[in-house]
Amino acid sequence: MEKELKILKYSDLPKMIEKFISQGYPVLAPVHKGKIVEIEYVQSLDSIALDVLLSTQSAKKAAFPKVEKVLEYTMNKAGVVQHPVDPADSKETILFGVRPCDASGFKSLDAIFGEGPSDQFYLSKKEKTTIISFSCPVADEYCFCTSVGGGPGNTAGSDLQFTSVSKDELLVEILTEKGKKASRIFADLLTEANSAIDKTKFIADVKVVFDLDSVVAKTTASFGNAELWLEQSLRCIGCGACAFVCPTCACFDFQDEQDTKKGVRLRLWDSCGFSLFTLHTSGHNPREVQSQRWRQRIMHKFAYMPEQLKVVGCEGCGRCSRACPVDMNIKEHLTAIREQVTV
Amino acid sequence: MNDLIKKVTQLLDDKTINVFIGYGQGTASRIRTIFVKNSSQVENLVYTSDCTANLAGYLLKHEVKKIGKLGILANDSALRSMMQLASEFQIKDGEVYVLHAAKDGSFTEFADFQSIEAYLVTIDTGITSDEQERIAKLEAMTVKERWIFWNKEFEKCIKCYACRAACPMCYCHRCTTDVNQPQWIPVASHEQGNLDYHLMRAMHLAGRCVNCGECANACPMDIPLNLLTYQLIAPIRTTFDATAGMKADAVYALSTFKPDDKENFII
Amino acid sequence: MEQQNIYQPYLMEIEKITEEAPMVKTFRLKFTNEEEGNKFSFRTGQFGEYSVFGEGEVTFCVASPHTRKGYIECTFRQAGRVTAELASLSEGDTIGFRGPYGNIFPIDDWKGKNLLFIAGGIALPPMRSVIWSCLDLRDQFKDISILYGARTVEDLVYKNELAEWKERPDVHLVTTVDPGGETPDWSGEVGFVPTILDKMIPVSENTIAIVCGPPVMIKFTFPVLEKYGFKDEQVYTTLENRMKCGLGKCGRCNVGKVFVCKDGPVFTRTQLKELPDEY
Repeated sequence: MEKELKILKYSDLPKMIEKFISQGYPVLAPVHKGKIVEIEYVQSLDSIALDVLLSTQSAKKAAFPKVEKVLEYTMNKAGVVQHPVDPADSKETILFGVRPCDASGFKSLDAIFGEGPSDQFYLSKKEKTTIISFSCPVADEYCFCTSVGGGPGNTAGSDLQFTSVSKDELLVEILTEKGKKASRIFADLLTEANSAIDKTKFIADVKVVFDLDSVVAKTTASFGNAELWLEQSLRCIGCGACAFVCPTCACFDFQDEQDTKKGVRLRLWDSCGFSLFTLHTSGHNPREVQSQRWRQRIMHKFAYMPEQLKVVGCEGCGRCSRACPVDMNIKEHLTAIREQVTV
Repeated sequence: MNDLIKKVTQLLDDKTINVFIGYGQGTASRIRTIFVKNSSQVENLVYTSDCTANLAGYLLKHEVKKIGKLGILANDSALRSMMQLASEFQIKDGEVYVLHAAKDGSFTEFADFQSIEAYLVTIDTGITSDEQERIAKLEAMTVKERWIFWNKEFEKCIKCYACRAACPMCYCHRCTTDVNQPQWIPVASHEQGNLDYHLMRAMHLAGRCVNCGECANACPMDIPLNLLTYQLIAPIRTTFDATAGMKADAVYALSTFKPDDKENFII
Repeated sequence: MEQQNIYQPYLMEIEKITEEAPMVKTFRLKFTNEEEGNKFSFRTGQFGEYSVFGEGEVTFCVASPHTRKGYIECTFRQAGRVTAELASLSEGDTIGFRGPYGNIFPIDDWKGKNLLFIAGGIALPPMRSVIWSCLDLRDQFKDISILYGARTVEDLVYKNELAEWKERPDVHLVTTVDPGGETPDWSGEVGFVPTILDKMIPVSENTIAIVCGPPVMIKFTFPVLEKYGFKDEQVYTTLENRMKCGLGKCGRCNVGKVFVCKDGPVFTRTQLKELPDEY
């Protein structure tokens, strides 16, 4: 649909949230929790952290939660009875106050879960989520969205995008049919916007640090470059912090939990950084050392996904680097690939 | 700083070591671990008051060990971790070249474990006053309040295992939480799974934790995990007169029986 | 509208258990819901995720041929958590099955050719599915030879079927055990699979070789095939890697850009050579 522009007063934001909630839409938004910022269900604008650069975790949990039931069953003498779990059993939800990189991060997940037999646990939740992103007035040294095809005002993946254009006013971009539907809920708070308004004046300037095509080509050619991966990953301690805060990481595990009579199968976040991820029962491990696991992380995002799913598995949000206990900086590593590798 | 650079250059040039584990400049104002493999990289070393990370965990990393003979810039925490690791047969005397970084910025070479032990008895191995205060607060709580406190903290946990990966003492080839026959700890990052994991980990560090704080520093969700293990330091000390990471040949308090062990914890 | 749950398994009843070798069993499974069973079909080479409820899932090929309907079989060695539980089950118990997943052995393309099956140890089950699929369509193929080796006589799986193949005039079966693994009454060969293959002087012309076994067997078998003129596209194998979903989503079975679960598990040696060393 053709984009529509409106103006919303900051002072009307609480009313807008109230309207969502009173009309039965749960609202997920960034919330301060001590030093971190979580994405949680909120009841009013008061608890929403709109002043932060980025939430600690990405917004992916709106459609891909860290723990999710995929099977339910009971056991009796005759055997097992499955009680179908409906993947589409979720409510229409507003994901509010996230950043453009969160919104566009869903395109990687859409590709992974949508390819082949589709994963309706993810897809139906995603379909029922209306994303209201806020463009970024500031960025920090970890941000590199503009190097991976995004930007601080990128509207891809957002249904509505808000940009602060003055102390009192937000520019509202209505971008999709879903966004249009959500905007009707607070239509009375919206006024017409001047179509000549230049949004770029109000958003951060994020410098392009590398040419994506070149990084993709060089990463694709680097599988056998053991020295490169070892050099980059020597201080990696093999935790899953990077994967779990990442908006595009989708790897998962299944685990069964049951008592004597009933049980569930849970789908859980997993990470290619863990040594157990690929370990065979025999003891053989195709990715035995951390440098191979780091290679998998980078190549999956910058070589395999571009080729197989036609999408780069990175939004340049820099969350992995901020969360990394040992300061593995992905922007730096990608820049090094561009500089060191020749194809 | 020049002393450090000169010393490490010499160690690498005369092949005393093949790699030196030290601190370097990280993203923005962060400090990160660097691995100096030749004298041309020595200039990357930094040492400031922000260089507080315990680097001892890297002494056990397979790919680091493979480089060859290791040298390490060890702060007090790292020295204690090394003594604890030695007592658990994870490193041997003479295997690692140890350069100690004192709080005043001076660097001293420790020739052997004995000299490290001699140094460690002279330092304050306690936790900071701020940490003491936080623990006192926890201890003043009722059991129910404490339960609520920790459950609220664990709610944030995403089971990324950064705490375990960052801990120099969490070197088990197959951690209890990774064992699946039987599945002692639920894998899921839900209420039970998070609680079981953190309590199990704390218990396994009782009498072994050298209060370096790496677990809490590593946590991307800002859970004060160090308070869990720190709370176990005092009981181990008063019950068994044991402090972790002081002697390379120490026997582990919780796996040894002495006739005069207090039995007041047995109901 | 209720959406399809791609992770929900079929319920299968264990109809028959056969002890094949120490720690190795074969289950014959039938669909508890007959309608699901009637709709189900697979092609040889495909695999599935077998569930023990409460323990989890485990990945095996379907070991029965696609030419036989109404049931599937799996053969497994007790090794980890799920297989330990599977091994403790009895006839009449219920397990889950998701599948079929992955690509196939293109036996339709092999019409009019000689087939040479080379298997080692517990790798005979995936091969057995192809062997029987081809034997059930025996007229379509020329010579069928099977070379099967195991560590010891006891470790040979499908002993009854080996005896049956031995008797058949239209199958050339050679069995072998590793040196020291023979029994006094052993009448087969003694020696490693590649060595015995060399002695067989295989004919490469108009022949497809299907190789499946432990990595070390594969490593030494390929050069022997090469020596007798087998081109890479004449040689097939099937890979395995740790899997969870079987559908190319969970992210762990990939070898480079190739997912073993959806791009494999069947690969020609030509394809295998293009894969990076990550399996």
